Amino acid sequence: MSKEVKEKDPILKEPFSRRDFLKTLSIATGSLIVGSAGSASAYRKIKGYRNSYGMLVDLTLCVGCRSCERACNEVNNLPKPDTPFDDATVFERLRRPTAKAYTVVNRYEIEGSGPVYRKIQCNHCNEPACFSACPIHAYTKTPEGAVLYDENRCFGCRYCMIACPFYIPAYDYESALRPRIMKCIFCYPRIKQNRIPACAEACPTGTLTFGRREDLLKLARRRILRNPSRYIDHIYGEHEAGGTSWLYISGVPFKDIGFPEDIPDEPLITQVKGFLSAVPVVFTVWPALFGMCYAAVKHRYKGKREETSRKEGKDEPQ
Amino acid sequence: MNHNETLDRSRNFRSWLMDKLLMGMSWPEYMRSLVTPFNIVAAIILIVGLPIIALRFLHGLAEVTHASNDYPWGLLLGWGLFGGVPLSATGFVMATAYYIFGFKEYRPLVRLGVLTGFLGYLFAVVYLLVDLGRPWRIYYPMFVGFGTASVLFLVAWHVATYLTVQFLEFSPAILEWLRSGRVRRWATMITIAMTIAGIILSTLHQSALGALFLLAPGKLHPLWYSSYIPHFFLASSIYAALVMVIVVSALCARFLRHRADSYFLDSLDRLTIGLGKGAAICMYVYLVLKLVGVAHDDNWALLSTGYGKWFLVEILGFVLVPALILTLGVKLGKPAIVRIGALYSIIGILVNRLNVSIVAFNWKLPGHLYHIIPPWKEVVIVLTITTIHILIFRWIVSRMPVIRQEPEFEDEPYNL
Repeated sequence: MSKEVKEKDPILKEPFSRRDFLKTLSIATGSLIVGSAGSASAYRKIKGYRNSYGMLVDLTLCVGCRSCERACNEVNNLPKPDTPFDDATVFERLRRPTAKAYTVVNRYEIEGSGPVYRKIQCNHCNEPACFSACPIHAYTKTPEGAVLYDENRCFGCRYCMIACPFYIPAYDYESALRPRIMKCIFCYPRIKQNRIPACAEACPTGTLTFGRREDLLKLARRRILRNPSRYIDHIYGEHEAGGTSWLYISGVPFKDIGFPEDIPDEPLITQVKGFLSAVPVVFTVWPALFGMCYAAVKHRYKGKREETSRKEGKDEPQ
Repeated sequence: MNHNETLDRSRNFRSWLMDKLLMGMSWPEYMRSLVTPFNIVAAIILIVGLPIIALRFLHGLAEVTHASNDYPWGLLLGWGLFGGVPLSATGFVMATAYYIFGFKEYRPLVRLGVLTGFLGYLFAVVYLLVDLGRPWRIYYPMFVGFGTASVLFLVAWHVATYLTVQFLEFSPAILEWLRSGRVRRWATMITIAMTIAGIILSTLHQSALGALFLLAPGKLHPLWYSSYIPHFFLASSIYAALVMVIVVSALCARFLRHRADSYFLDSLDRLTIGLGKGAAICMYVYLVLKLVGVAHDDNWALLSTGYGKWFLVEILGFVLVPALILTLGVKLGKPAIVRIGALYSIIGILVNRLNVSIVAFNWKLPGHLYHIIPPWKEVVIVLTITTIHILIFRWIVSRMPVIRQEPEFEDEPYNL
């Protein structure tokens, strides 16, 4: 089925679908041993979907009007916010996305440059840590760029929240029967209808630019090049955690406005690579090693026992 | 007539079963025997704690935990899973020592080790069931979706499989209790295979619990985040098992003395010294490994920071000092000192696991040390489950041949 989609959809030129690959793997996962051996090869250099979409956030343009928050809330049918969207008192403390808000805007007072606003939502990593973390494969990276979560496959371990370097997935702790992860879906249904995400549509200042990630990178570079005094020379999201669909340019250092700074440039799964590749080794070498050890010890005892006394009848198991 | 026969048989079965469950006492006798100071305290904990556990399932996790998006894992997993699993390596370590390496003289402690391990894993799963958002889906990694690149996928499979393995390893004790000699023979036939399976599964999931954090390099403090973290977790789980056996066997000899036989009691001091020696050696190796970890990432400069000092407290105060106490006890031949060192080492293991999963995790977030103080309801749940754990352990040791040998089966050799 996915092959047909690929042919129809012009943006799906990438011949290699991660989802298909993992699906094949999962089918092969008949037994525990195969499953674990499989995990060792479940990652490989995935360059990402080259024609995927992204969003460029030009933080120098954001005025903190929170139109994006309001649009996101409406489009995704989220509950009413505790404080209205035109109430500026929310900026008095730093917020993060929650089960009730996929995106929030925070204000940072920076000396010499006045207030800087930062929009936070899922960055839709090229190779997401949440995806790698999930033991049930509830996350999908779509070729369009969105990282989606399927609550029907989730048992609520919340390891994705531990793994996310950007502190994005939120959990609906209040629910006893249907708790689930809540996070930005990059307006996937709208993208499928050839519409742009609601936040970008609502933004009145041009802070948010939706487009192909590759094009947005060029655009960001051009802006920095043309106006080097306005921007610092860094596109956040170009390389962080292996690259993200959302990209940011800013006039102040990213660490001053709360962006996590110590994220490796490789996808986070590479950190686990070494461990996972040891799994099949243990499965194959250990039985031989310890089996031999047992045989050697048994052999010695047998010799000793035969020397001392001969017990009758009792044959030894194994 | 036929009817009478069935009635007789069922009556016989009933009296046989009650004899097993009440340990030969009558109901009034049994009830009277239950009134002890320990049981009264346990009862109070359960009366308070069980309703709180019920609240968690009625009102969701927000009712009993911080329900924090920044701190998705709290004390329930920090204590129950990350603390509980290394201390439950007892089954794999004792069985390997006895069956595979041929340390025959440790036979009196093998079953105790297997039972401690089995219950430890069982209760790790219980904590998990309380903590999972939708615990009724716990089997999902086995049947619904396969996140083969996830370390947690490996942990889930291994804990499930190993729980089964440990049950099979312990089953001879249950079958002896039920006097089922024939089934018991079948159960003992798979011992070696199960032990080797136990080594494989334990090596992998003990280290995997550490590897879980490899995915979060920016979040865990660099002194605890190391590419060696799977090795740290595995190495420390081995000495954790040894010191746990020392402490659990001492507690059994003290509080369940009438359930033990002289074979167990007479050999205990000698074996305690032996286990203490093994544990101390493991701890020195682990300490060196931890220092290699600091050197590997060149984190020496961090040692002078606040977290660095806490790191030093952990590896010196909670690894080196208890190891020295163990060594002292071994050198002097004083099992009492070894036992103190062992208890201290157990606390050290818990300190390390709580450091990794809670204290050093999210260390950069503002107000971090305030956020990690658990809410009282979560503490009560931990206390309640721990109490149930102890009660079930005692229930089994009181009835089944764990720290004594069943005379009927005494002569049967354990495969060696």
